[in-house]
Amino acid sequence: MPQLQNLKNNSFRITFPGKPLAVRSALAQMMEQLNALDLSDEDRGNIELVLAEAMNNIVEHAYIDTPDGTVELQITPTYNGLVCHLRDEGVPMPEGKAPNGSPAALDCETEELPEGGFGWFLIRDLAHELNYTRISGKNLLSFRISLNAK
Amino acid sequence: MQLESTPRDDALVVTAMMERIDAAIAIQFKDDLHAVTENGPPRVVLDLSQVDFLDSSGLGAVVAAMKLLAPEQKLELAGLGANVEKVFRLTRMDSVFTIHSTVDAAFDGIAQAS
Repeated sequence: MPQLQNLKNNSFRITFPGKPLAVRSALAQMMEQLNALDLSDEDRGNIELVLAEAMNNIVEHAYIDTPDGTVELQITPTYNGLVCHLRDEGVPMPEGKAPNGSPAALDCETEELPEGGFGWFLIRDLAHELNYTRISGKNLLSFRISLNAK
Repeated sequence: MQLESTPRDDALVVTAMMERIDAAIAIQFKDDLHAVTENGPPRVVLDLSQVDFLDSSGLGAVVAAMKLLAPEQKLELAGLGANVEKVFRLTRMDSVFTIHSTVDAAFDGIAQAS
């Protein structure tokens, strides 16, 4: 089960297994914790979407061959948004870089429409100051999500 | 099966009964949508009004289900909430689907496509 802590510096941290249903559960718990911040529906929607995409990527790529991997998510509220840190011990990102998330080409026949590759596009679109580093066999991904999105 | 399908006029209305279409159920959703639309009428309206959250995996599942339709079939969407609409808009998938504000609007005979 996900382990959720409310840290002294007002950060929220949750540790959970790298599996799809655990992502869903951890996300639900984190969003409930964030109720304390009294965010707008739009901000909550952006946060939930970016976190879901980033956490799903860890499960589907970093932990593709690791059935018992653990993911740690920490969120720190700051004056200009929520700073999010994700940590896992899975395989590195391709070429040691976070994907660009180029928008998919849609001017094609129906049968050629893309069914994936939207995740990084959404993350890049909605998050700021995204940074990925690999340290001591761990993937560290951080980004900021602005609040009061207009 | 978390999909309910109801014939309406010459179309089939498929209502997604789940609150979330995410990575955990995307494949199941695609398979279920394929199953209820297979051998169905040419026009299918997918009612997403009960869905609060859709991620890129859920979006991919909707696209994949559309691609599995017969050549004469068409998938339209209805009742997208703010969070769901945003994913379609940001990825520009709203340009691929005919989107109606509500299921009723899809049958008004008035163009409500976005």
